[in-house]
Amino acid sequence: MIVADRKPIEEIIEYIKDANKVLIVGCNECVTVCEAGGKKEVGVLASALRMYFMNQGKDIKIDEVTLERQCDHEYLEEIRNIIDQYQAVVSLACGVGVQFMSEKYFQTPVFPGVNTCFMGVTEERGVWSERCQGCGQCILATTGGICPVSRCAKRLFNGPCGGSSKGMCEIGGEVPCAWQIIIDRLTALGRLDDYEKLAPIKDWSKERAGGPRKVVREDVRQ
Amino acid sequence: MRLRYPDTIRIVRVPCTGKVDIVHILRSFEKGADGVYVVGCMEGDCRYNRGNLRARKRVAEARRILDLVGIGGERVQMFNLSSAEGPRFAQIALEMTEKIRALGPNPIKEKKNKMAA
Ligand code: SF4
Ligand code: SF4
Repeated sequence: MIVADRKPIEEIIEYIKDANKVLIVGCNECVTVCEAGGKKEVGVLASALRMYFMNQGKDIKIDEVTLERQCDHEYLEEIRNIIDQYQAVVSLACGVGVQFMSEKYFQTPVFPGVNTCFMGVTEERGVWSERCQGCGQCILATTGGICPVSRCAKRLFNGPCGGSSKGMCEIGGEVPCAWQIIIDRLTALGRLDDYEKLAPIKDWSKERAGGPRKVVREDVRQ
Repeated sequence: MRLRYPDTIRIVRVPCTGKVDIVHILRSFEKGADGVYVVGCMEGDCRYNRGNLRARKRVAEARRILDLVGIGGERVQMFNLSSAEGPRFAQIALEMTEKIRALGPNPIKEKKNKMAA
């Protein structure tokens, strides 16, 4: 899933302080699972903002809605009939949702309500960590299913650097060395021979370095 | 036991304090409550294992948010006691009422009335 973290309420207050009517829009997908932008978080943020402005003597109306997704036209269309009432929208979706909403409702200011962080997993409730950077040319088949693009601090492709120590990466902060995990997994799979093979030069043009990307599928396109 | 406690307190019964969410606490203040306290079982005695521990964290988060928006986090508190401690329940009710009285009314209540006028 896409992992996001809550933005400080102070920051959101700053965005919307001059509006009279604000809509907080949650998303039922990734940001619900990582507890940053689902219906619950919308409720908490909206309530906090209402109290803040009331306490300031400002009469700002703050409404709440949570959509199934904010990265698809059909769900974003659900607010078309109401959006014109609002001077500002705070979207608690990931950056993708915030942008798609901005593109669709060009005249309405849409502000981000979360900090979008990465594509990752729920290690345990309250702990999420990165697993993929969408490099556009997945190499997991050769690395025992562990990704050195997202999990090795130096994005090394042919074994660890000299800083790998007792299974941990030299950058510190309790980050496991991706290459230690790759080697452990290849060993467990009886495929340590793969480790000897040199990885071909990666085509980074398929990664973000090649500019904004697009997938076009003529077979399903309408 | 027929113990008396202040009649300003409104009791909201929940099956377990684990049911209490941050938004429930916040909405109470939004609606004008002057203080909220959550009374759970003793830590380690939760029938659902972690309900009261979850509640404790949510109370802490509600306090942080209330501080941030200017209501004052000290208006929320969590207490742990067993169901056999009636006198302590009454005592807590009294203590909490006194504490909230000293803090004064919820600051947004007055402003809300003014805005409505
Ligand atoms: S190799 Fe690329 S696509 Fe595969 S998991 Fe890593 S970043 Fe993602
Ligand atoms: S210690 Fe491991 S994870 Fe860290 S940079 Fe070196 S090879 Fe990559």
